[in-house]
Amino acid sequence: MPEIQIRHAIRDAMAEEMARDENIFLMGEEVGHYNGAYKCSEGLLERFGEKRVVDTPIAETGFAGVGIGAAMCGLRPIIEFMTFNFSAVAFDQILNNAAKIHHMTNGQFSVPIVFRGPNAAAHMLGSTHSQAFEPFYAHVPGLIVIAVATPYDAKGLLKTAIRDPNPVVFLESELMYSVKGEVPEEEYTIPIGVADTKRSGDDVTVITWGQGVPVALKAAELAAEEGIECDVIDLRTLRPMDTEAVLESVRRTNRAVVLFHGWPYGGVGGEVVARIQEFAFDHLDAPVLRVCYEDVPMPYAENLENLVLPTPERGLAAIREVAYVD
Amino acid sequence: MTTSNDAPPADPGNYEAYFKSKDADLRRYREMLRIRRFEEMAARAYTRGKISGFLHLYIGQEAIAVATKEILQPADRVVSTYRTHGFAIALGSSPGACMAELYGKATGLVAGTGGSMHFFDRKNQLWGGYAIVGNHVPVAAGHAFASKYKGDGGVTFCYLGDGALAIGPTHEGWTLAGLWKLPIVFVVENNRYSMGTPLARSIPVTDVTLKAPGYNMASDRFRVTSVAETAERLGAAAKIAREENRPVLVELVTYRFRGHSMSDPGKYRNKEEVEEWRRWDPLERTYRALIDHHGLSEEALEELDDAIVDEMEEAVTFAEESPQPAPEARFRNILVES
Repeated sequence: MPEIQIRHAIRDAMAEEMARDENIFLMGEEVGHYNGAYKCSEGLLERFGEKRVVDTPIAETGFAGVGIGAAMCGLRPIIEFMTFNFSAVAFDQILNNAAKIHHMTNGQFSVPIVFRGPNAAAHMLGSTHSQAFEPFYAHVPGLIVIAVATPYDAKGLLKTAIRDPNPVVFLESELMYSVKGEVPEEEYTIPIGVADTKRSGDDVTVITWGQGVPVALKAAELAAEEGIECDVIDLRTLRPMDTEAVLESVRRTNRAVVLFHGWPYGGVGGEVVARIQEFAFDHLDAPVLRVCYEDVPMPYAENLENLVLPTPERGLAAIREVAYVD
Repeated sequence: MTTSNDAPPADPGNYEAYFKSKDADLRRYREMLRIRRFEEMAARAYTRGKISGFLHLYIGQEAIAVATKEILQPADRVVSTYRTHGFAIALGSSPGACMAELYGKATGLVAGTGGSMHFFDRKNQLWGGYAIVGNHVPVAAGHAFASKYKGDGGVTFCYLGDGALAIGPTHEGWTLAGLWKLPIVFVVENNRYSMGTPLARSIPVTDVTLKAPGYNMASDRFRVTSVAETAERLGAAAKIAREENRPVLVELVTYRFRGHSMSDPGKYRNKEEVEEWRRWDPLERTYRALIDHHGLSEEALEELDDAIVDEMEEAVTFAEESPQPAPEARFRNILVES
């Protein structure tokens, strides 16, 4: 199986789907002539032309809204945010239009659209450019939220997202676009709402997604050196959540850590904890812990940023704590 | 197209230019009156506590919706605001379904999911019904984008109030429509007040069409005093959008005779102002034209009015007798089931 980067898995997913269905188009800042701020759309303009690879000015609420309006007419837009931090200025379009229109029109209209781009902290970008947006979007009925961490998942889930008849928020990672992994040459898709066990173990369950996945895997590696074997569950889809995959593991390990990029307060991590205590309370041998950003705006200074971010070492400490290892 | 001022014609009693056909004027009168009577019935039901939430009436602006219906072609779309009952009635939605929606009933236009501010009726070309001010402008531009992408020949008519002129999405939607040369007519229904704030306290320059060149839009501006003139000039705007694939901005100077919503007593304007605008009420003018110019009798128009009142009373009865949505309805249509 060939190894490719995540950015190319994303590009290939878009290219294959665009070749399959001419109603699909890509729209966003620098997606065409510049070939994508992170080169996720390299070569697509040349292949599909300006009609279907549409460069926009800096106007997120404008082009998110145009995408929604086009989707209501039967087109299949892929809207790229240069970073999900910029989706904040399009939030109303996603919250009040994309997520509501199917419901509020009693099913007369639907919004088959994908909003995709990098999410969460990269490196020393300061507080406005380092945020994780899944809590905002996963909060909203009417949206599907996906976060990917490998080329295989990125390609298979993006193809599914593009084909889905609903609005999908598809979260990538600037830090991980160059991460390589095996991707089959033949056609495949991955269903929405199915988690993936990225490492197996019976001592502690580590639930993670997106940019948290490599951190969790590294933490599990460190734990294994101390004889603690972790089940690392990559949720992949945050809404709807594969609760059963989490519960199955926790019922086996009786201990859980949720590791993710993002603030602790009121987020997807808290949602995972709530589901574990609600449905597997009797199986727990320790409180469920979260390893995530500290509850502060992201500082720019490198030493401070490193203190705020979840690290394998912090992951290991939490794993040891729930396993009652001194 | 040229920008003209918003002054009224010299004499509201001059019917030569825009009241040429007795049959057409009678039809226009009937359609405007249907909207007005619907709105009056809705207001009454609201006062009686039968309708909750917000209720924004279209009384005074009916000619705009009726004119739109006259020029609409099959592939066209109408996108409107939270003041949208008039468009639904004019475009052909059943008054019973509209009233039932206000009542939150299962038989409502969108089965009780939307209420007054969220009317959608796809088969009658009504594509909303948007209640976050200005956020439908990019969506409407997206409909026009799709028309151009597919080559379906459709024009999108995007209505917005003067209250939507300061907010960002309007600017972004207009920018993209102009940049990409989309077939869309942006119609500013300037009813002079954004809730209680007059235009002069909302935006720095009150001739809205002065914005048009910066967005590469053609433009037109006039006071709405008849259906015929409104249809003629909106039609000319649509022709440009359709044939030249470019956006057009039309500012319609109009007036709502009721408050912003049912809870607004309208204390920010005086009686003289309202009375002055009443002289130009297209409905009242058409009534006078039918009698003074076309020679119809007051009795004939009274009969017509009675029939419309009957139709709207039936709509109220239908709404009152309709069932509420089933409890399980709240789980429907959140996601498309694939």
